[in-house]
Amino acid sequence: MKFVCLGCDEVMAFAERQLPGDGTLAAVFACPSCGREIAMLTNPMETRLVSSMGVRIGGREVPEQPLELVRSSLEGAREDAFEEVPEEPSASASGRGDARASSRVTWSPEALERLERVPGFVRGMVKRIYADYARERGIPRLTPEVMDRARSDLGLEGM
Amino acid sequence: MRKIRTYRDVDPDAGRELLDQVVEQRRRLAERLAPVRALVAVVSGKGGVGKSAVTANLAAALALEGLRVGALDADLNGPSLGRMLGAAGARLGDDAGGVLPPRGIEGIKVVSMEHLQEEGAPLRWKGADGHASLWRGAAETAALRELLADVAWGELDCLLIDVPPGVDKIARLLELVSLRGALLVTTPSEISCRVVARSAGLLREAGLERVALVANMTHRLCDACGHPTPLFEADATGALAADTGLETWARIPFDGRLAVATDEGRSLAAEAPHSTVAAIFRALARRVVERWLPEEAEA
Repeated sequence: MKFVCLGCDEVMAFAERQLPGDGTLAAVFACPSCGREIAMLTNPMETRLVSSMGVRIGGREVPEQPLELVRSSLEGAREDAFEEVPEEPSASASGRGDARASSRVTWSPEALERLERVPGFVRGMVKRIYADYARERGIPRLTPEVMDRARSDLGLEGM
Repeated sequence: MRKIRTYRDVDPDAGRELLDQVVEQRRRLAERLAPVRALVAVVSGKGGVGKSAVTANLAAALALEGLRVGALDADLNGPSLGRMLGAAGARLGDDAGGVLPPRGIEGIKVVSMEHLQEEGAPLRWKGADGHASLWRGAAETAALRELLADVAWGELDCLLIDVPPGVDKIARLLELVSLRGALLVTTPSEISCRVVARSAGLLREAGLERVALVANMTHRLCDACGHPTPLFEADATGALAADTGLETWARIPFDGRLAVATDEGRSLAAEAPHSTVAAIFRALARRVVERWLPEEAEA
């Protein structure tokens, strides 16, 4: 989806994303020349149809996580379905073990408290996404502020 | 009329981001299954013929032959394989490189929706209430792909896939993976054999050459003398074999002990290795190994 400001003949730039409810995805775009803003509201049914294939409209900010669709879409999920696997110093199955272990990210108590409020079914996945976000940006400690920034940067409003 | 630019004028790579994701999904699936030497589907098309029980007991028999075995319960709506393989309530390891499957009887790696859902919860997906029928099929296909691609199966000699009823479910699996072989499970009933004939046709159209029949619940053995009594008045499996040109690799009697052991997640093949049913599953396992996994037979 692209938006062109007809007055300026400029492609409008993405400015903000929100999930206002009922499955609607709202994306705000602004004209880089005149500043005019518009909000695009997606049709929840069409959005769901595409996401049912396990793909993200507009591409991915975060690599696909193991069982991502099942974990994000299943109703009646078992809270204790997963147990955390400790990171090993040697390369993990993903081949990222060394890099992950050599640059560990610590969590502030407030960030951990917030993480605890995430349902157990998706908590491991969410934790990994935040940790990778911090690691890739050289952020040594995860705080609620960093989590907020990650949510906005990565489009994780639902997490 | 004003001239408005086309989508491709402002984005020459239109649609690329979705296509790239699909290509990446396929690459991950192929990479994950590369260490699995043979994917064998247990299918029917018909429900209630005992596919899951055949899968569980065949998996145990293959493991007792010394093979490294995995079992995927592709029946998302009516999962039972986790329980049958003694891994009910087990937890999955949450690793960045892939979900670690629990091990059931005989060390079999098993993954089932039972592991992911609350007991008794029907399969439902979040979002867009009232229109679920439009996207449920796509979601289930994606979920099956994830169970294949996102579980760290590791090196296996054989991954058995228990495919749910419905000929379309076989087609769904064939779109995702390349099978080494398929066992078509039927009961002797005319109705069951008619449906299984359709499934055989689908597998033939798909070019799968290694297909064999398993006739389940063909008869009952007398507990005292072992005399077989047919469970169905007429046995249509002979005609099915003749019409489809498929060999029947096993004729499995109904055995109450097997039913109880399977329901409780125990291996009758290990507990009562000299029983008739255990011997039949052992013979079936050897046939699968000799005909479809020759490298394991030589080893």
